[in-house]
Amino acid sequence: MHNRKIRVLIAKPGLDGHDRGVKVVARGLRDAGMEVIYLGLRLTPEQIAEAAIQEAVDVVGLDCLSGAHMALFPKVVQLIREKGGNDILVIGGGIIPKKDIPKLREAGIAQIFGPGTSLDEIVQYIETYLRKSDDKED
Amino acid sequence: MPENKTEEMVERKKAFTTTVDGTVVNRVYTPADLEGLRQDEIGLPGEYPFTRHIMPTGYRGRLWTMRQYAGFATVEETNKRYKYLYEQGQTGFSVAFHLPTQEGYDSDHPLAIGEIGKCGVAIDSLQDMERLWDGIPLAEVSTSMTINATAPIIMAMYIAAAEKQGADKSKLRGTVQNDILKEYIARNTYIFGPTASMRLVTDICSYCAQNMPQWNSISISGYHMREAGATAAQEAGFTLANGIAYVQAMIDKGMEVDSFAPRFSFFFAAYTNFLEEVAKFRALRRMWAKIMKERFGAKNPRSMMLRYHIQTDGFTLTEQQPLNNIVRVTLQALAAVLGGCQSLHTNSFDEALALPSEQAVQVALRTQQIIADESGAADTVDPLGGSYYVEWLTDQIENKAMTYISEIDKMGGALKAIEKGYIQKEIATSAYNYQRAVDSGEQAIIGVNKFVVKEEHLLETLEIGIEVEQKQIERLRRLRQERDNQKVSEVLDRVRNVASSDENIMPVVIEAVKAYATVGEISDALRDMFGEYREPSIL
Repeated sequence: MHNRKIRVLIAKPGLDGHDRGVKVVARGLRDAGMEVIYLGLRLTPEQIAEAAIQEAVDVVGLDCLSGAHMALFPKVVQLIREKGGNDILVIGGGIIPKKDIPKLREAGIAQIFGPGTSLDEIVQYIETYLRKSDDKED
Repeated sequence: MPENKTEEMVERKKAFTTTVDGTVVNRVYTPADLEGLRQDEIGLPGEYPFTRHIMPTGYRGRLWTMRQYAGFATVEETNKRYKYLYEQGQTGFSVAFHLPTQEGYDSDHPLAIGEIGKCGVAIDSLQDMERLWDGIPLAEVSTSMTINATAPIIMAMYIAAAEKQGADKSKLRGTVQNDILKEYIARNTYIFGPTASMRLVTDICSYCAQNMPQWNSISISGYHMREAGATAAQEAGFTLANGIAYVQAMIDKGMEVDSFAPRFSFFFAAYTNFLEEVAKFRALRRMWAKIMKERFGAKNPRSMMLRYHIQTDGFTLTEQQPLNNIVRVTLQALAAVLGGCQSLHTNSFDEALALPSEQAVQVALRTQQIIADESGAADTVDPLGGSYYVEWLTDQIENKAMTYISEIDKMGGALKAIEKGYIQKEIATSAYNYQRAVDSGEQAIIGVNKFVVKEEHLLETLEIGIEVEQKQIERLRRLRQERDNQKVSEVLDRVRNVASSDENIMPVVIEAVKAYATVGEISDALRDMFGEYREPSIL
């Protein structure tokens, strides 16, 4: 298990301004004991990937409600991997049609949390995932 | 049954409360709960303080405007949807613009990737605006446009398109949202900093006051704050605090209050807690009337009348068991009508999944028509007036909202409160509390945390293909080839000059759009002078 706190970067790529969800999630993860950096909105995939590497985070959470997720989420993962963030867990949320989810998974977004997701579900997912990848390292 | 037996009866919950803010709702209300509430605070419809309705006849005179917010893909697809809605009995138009148009980027800008035609219709130039209204006579219809940071440009395009159709701009009817303060708080489509933005807002308001007497020059919006998590009382208090800031800014510009205030309009949300929403609308009308009369010394009763549009609340729609949303929207729309709105949008049941399909839009519109023609709710004015509970709750919401306004006054007004992050923090906390209440089950959401079933989504939803992006970018490329670029560059220089002076921005922006300068180009000219705003990160 991690000795230090889990570090999470939360960001909104693209022009979408709906930030109720990300802010609630950011606060929920913080209350669950994680260290959360909320980068804000209207960001390019490049800016998010750059910050993820610089901040040496374990998890990147992306959010988009405008329908631009297919153009933006895979790009973020691609840039993070290119910059050497191979172990960073990338997850997403927003208004994401079900049929887009397999394609996003293929592109490296490990999980999509849609409307109605509870905070506990997200916390548990992150903790379980990181514990598993820690076990692998051991 | 002896009286003390009733007292001991077990109730379903330890406490019944209003949505999230914790106001305790009693078992029953009686005349004793209205002690201290003066009869003239309730009054009569059409009379100050307008608690019951702004018009003495309510909907017996004229029904509310049925105005569905719509826009997607390119202007051709949206134009087709508008004509469909009109044929189905919609009585006003409401334009949704895609995010690049709202945030001042052309469709070929790198930041616009993936957004073309998604959250609304793609408008880059006057050419698009002309085609949007193809076959729809702007002289005869009423149009609302949800546009804020780029409101001067889009407003200019609307005026220019209407004039090309032969319409007189003084006859145009409609609303421009033009409410930048709530963008910093919740909706986030700002471009410039607050000072420059307030100047643009007031330029539009005074241009309309002088040239477009039938146009609502601003729609001061609580809707997006509510969507972001505000409680009913916060929505009421924060919206009116913003309203106070705009009225003061116009007075500071040298305008006389009754010359512009009658064309100020509002926009609120309707949640599912039906009676709370009705009480909120009644409280809002009473509060604004008092603020305008007592605080700003308005003399014209029209300046005191809170006229508003309602959208049923998008946040309350669930992805799970989506047909249940039809019921939610019905309750919300009924609250809007019993609350006395002037204009109403009803959401489509599939909006937690995707952009609404034509079938879902039809059901949404029919919901309003059924309330209007079958329910009887529009047959008498303020039918819930005099209900002990509703009057008590109206009073409660007024008191709570006034407390927020006093708090904001102490900080030096809405702009200062936003700069301090006060309003944003209050809303974020309410949003978090709401989520906690949902997660714990204290706030039931049917199909989400109660009566959950395993389900497959079988709904047909609307999708915007990549060809939309290609088409729009190609159109823009052709426009830049065909127009007089020398003329465009000259007029953009004039935009910069006016922006750095005290002159009203509207006439030169109208000139610019007529030369087919684009949304991105005009926004860039303004960015050159005003710079860009970056939000402080507030959690």
